[in-house]
Amino acid sequence: MIRRFQAVLFVVLLVASAVMGVVLWQLRERAHMRLIAGEDSAPTNAPLVTPAEQATLLVASDADNSLLAQVQSLPLPQDPGTRARIVLGKLLDIYAAPDAAHPVPGGAGSIAQVFLLPATDSAPGAQPAVKPASLSKAAQSSGPLLAVVNLTGSFAAGHPSGLATETLTVLSICATLHANLPRVTQVRFLVDGAERPTLAGHADLTRTYLASQAAPTEGEHP
Amino acid sequence: MRWTKLGLRPFFWALFVLAAAATLAAAQSPPAPAARFVVVLDAAHGGDDSGGRLKSGQSEKAFTLALSVRLRSLLAARGISVVTTRESDAAVDPNRRAEIANHANAQACLSLHASETGAGIHLFASSLAPSAPARFAAWKTAQSAWVTRSLSLAGVLNSALQHAGMGVTLDRTALPVVDSMTCPALAVEIAPERGPGKQVKSALEDPGYQSRVASALAAALLQWRSEARQP
Repeated sequence: MIRRFQAVLFVVLLVASAVMGVVLWQLRERAHMRLIAGEDSAPTNAPLVTPAEQATLLVASDADNSLLAQVQSLPLPQDPGTRARIVLGKLLDIYAAPDAAHPVPGGAGSIAQVFLLPATDSAPGAQPAVKPASLSKAAQSSGPLLAVVNLTGSFAAGHPSGLATETLTVLSICATLHANLPRVTQVRFLVDGAERPTLAGHADLTRTYLASQAAPTEGEHP
Repeated sequence: MRWTKLGLRPFFWALFVLAAAATLAAAQSPPAPAARFVVVLDAAHGGDDSGGRLKSGQSEKAFTLALSVRLRSLLAARGISVVTTRESDAAVDPNRRAEIANHANAQACLSLHASETGAGIHLFASSLAPSAPARFAAWKTAQSAWVTRSLSLAGVLNSALQHAGMGVTLDRTALPVVDSMTCPALAVEIAPERGPGKQVKSALEDPGYQSRVASALAAALLQWRSEARQP
């Protein structure tokens, strides 16, 4: 048997809870309105639009094992590293498109980073010794550059296996970098930030590629 | 001092007759046997390394092993000594493959691959720049002294394969096994035979196509042997 004062107390607490709920809801609405009122959605600065530039992509074709130059208009920033990443992203977007002449899944997101370092004259396979502090200065200098292309693991895992197809991917990346950044003379590859023996079982990723040799001359295969 | 005074004239004439007889015998004897012609067949991948997956579901390692065995029989039947880097589904380190090839002192080394991409037969020579032969060569670039010979081998194989009706593409690549070989070396990648419009005329799993490829490669290597033996 519930006593009378307990019933009254229960009703009072129930009413108090309901009132507190209503008050909290109103406070939340007021705070929300204050936030909206405080935001100034009017544009204060003009958006930075990078001007479109002509970029030359060396697009691979499995049909005849060749690289064909294709000129595209792309918004390219001034920073060489970002520029290289955008150009290579566009190249891999072409490969990821349906009915591509060199089908490779992944697209632009497969290029994690592109680092530009001062190139050394060391033998193929040797690692250049560069201090981290000098990395940002490397792109500003006028000497030849080594591009380190960091690919994602999913790109390597999804790449079709084969000597011809892997070689074409590597050479088209090297040739495209050299075509758009002529100071890039050497290219090395990483996958998820680490060295990997091959791209998908065949093409050697442990060596330094000479970018100028990857570019085909007129009418020739790479 | 005079020969006649010493009484050595008969000895001199005997020596002269012996030398003439030896020269005559040498001229009439059969020619010395030619140096042994050895071909190294490297069936790529093996063991845990399956290589690519073909459309039939077969792995690249199984395809290359089958092609290696078939090609070895064809070459052996034509009197060519064959050394293989693997005879079973075993993992063989790339350096070990190159060691086997280098110890064989071979006149041709072929690294066999297969892929569903592209068409016909892809011949790859090393992308290393040619260099002069040296007594000691760096392991990773040992092929550089042989690149010129490898390109000649590619030319001969290209002609012979095209003569056999095969579509051939020539290219250069960086393949560690080939880059460490000290012999005329090529990577040979077999792809499906395609007609116009990229449709497959002969798939990799087609036994007839496999047989034609093996026969064409054997004929090409015979051509290379005959060219290698020409002075």
